[in-house]
Amino acid sequence: MNPFANRRKESASQTAGPYVHIGCTPNFIGNSGVYGEDLGARMVNDRTKGERITVTGRVMDGAGTPLRDALVEIWQADAQGLYNSPSEMRGVADAQFAGWGRQPADAETGAFSFDTVKPGRVPFVDGRPQAPHIGLWIVARGINLGLHTRMYFGDEAAANAEDPVLGRIEHKVRVPTLIAPRDGDTYRFDIHLQGERETVFFDI
Amino acid sequence: MRNRAVETGPFWPRDLGWHPPAHTPGYKTSVLRSPKKALISLPSSLGDVNGPAFGHNMLGEKDDDLILNFAKSGQSAIGERIIVHGYVLDERGRPVPETLVEIWQANAGGRYRHVKDGYLAPLDPNFGGFGRTLTDGAGYYAFRTIRPGPYPWPNNVNDWRPAHIHFSVFGSGFAQRLITQMYFEGDPHIALCPIVNTISDPEAIDQLTARLDMENTIPMDARAWRFDITLRGRRSTLFENRMDGN
Repeated sequence: MNPFANRRKESASQTAGPYVHIGCTPNFIGNSGVYGEDLGARMVNDRTKGERITVTGRVMDGAGTPLRDALVEIWQADAQGLYNSPSEMRGVADAQFAGWGRQPADAETGAFSFDTVKPGRVPFVDGRPQAPHIGLWIVARGINLGLHTRMYFGDEAAANAEDPVLGRIEHKVRVPTLIAPRDGDTYRFDIHLQGERETVFFDI
Repeated sequence: MRNRAVETGPFWPRDLGWHPPAHTPGYKTSVLRSPKKALISLPSSLGDVNGPAFGHNMLGEKDDDLILNFAKSGQSAIGERIIVHGYVLDERGRPVPETLVEIWQANAGGRYRHVKDGYLAPLDPNFGGFGRTLTDGAGYYAFRTIRPGPYPWPNNVNDWRPAHIHFSVFGSGFAQRLITQMYFEGDPHIALCPIVNTISDPEAIDQLTARLDMENTIPMDARAWRFDITLRGRRSTLFENRMDGN
């Protein structure tokens, strides 16, 4: 087959709109009885290996108002630094850890929260180790193309200092927008869509 | 279970001029929700080229049948009965097999089953408005549903959404993650819609417009609409130096 014969353009994105919950987290809004539970609601169980953590935050608009209709998905390595994916070629990830999670913003406060484990380190494309991090994808009404960003861990200063992705951010003053401070077992990661503290978003 | 090589190649860069930009003042909500600074471009790394996979065991028997999946026994959703089907392919034209497709939509009157939708049109007690399925080995998917109605929305004082179905698709890598909307061929609201018009290229809009498919229409039962979805393509990994640990 000629691999160049069937080129197509990626389907253009459209906003997830205000009712994304109907399709992605129906139980969250009370549309229960069709899906057993909302997909991505549980990432860990009793047998999952690794340090249990909670990642919580809000998505803020340019007026400093939290989005109450955002949907956040995360994708991360397990405690050993392996992804629970058919494409993971480096080893076998912890089968008791999904690696992928999906949570809606709270309808009143805008807070999202994931119960997960702290990921291990994963090599960058050039082989250098990346600092532990979680990939995030944010969609909502008013967001025309889902936004990719990363959360790094506030208690990993040494690893963060040598992280090849953080190192690519020209304006070092923006690096802290990707680093979540730790409070007990909880990391707080607020995402700012605009403004002085605008979060770094990636084109990946 | 997969009878083909898993995909590990890096993605082609996204054509951000083909997608809607973040800041689109005609769609007012985007104004305060659009990043102003440039995105930082990265080569695909491991967590971008791989992604979660979902199995058939999570699917309910009627997950792909919106006419029945929320309906009381012996009843069905009100509206024009339709089948929406097509292929999920990548930019190379290759099928994306075993990937999760989730949809949601308004009912035949243009009303969503959501606490925040207060439109005058009534809810249909037999219609939830959501479904999901996995593509087969050839990237094919199909849903049975009713045609959603157009509805007014607060943007300018008299804006109406064209009839549409929201699609969420995963692909095999997290960087392929996509949410979009499907429109219906011939709907005069497509050209008038501020959300549709966040996309500047008419060909990109045309690609989101499903075609009436009489060949797959079931006589005396349901019309078919054909809607193919394209996810990002990957580079082959020939002749690449693989670094330690990668």
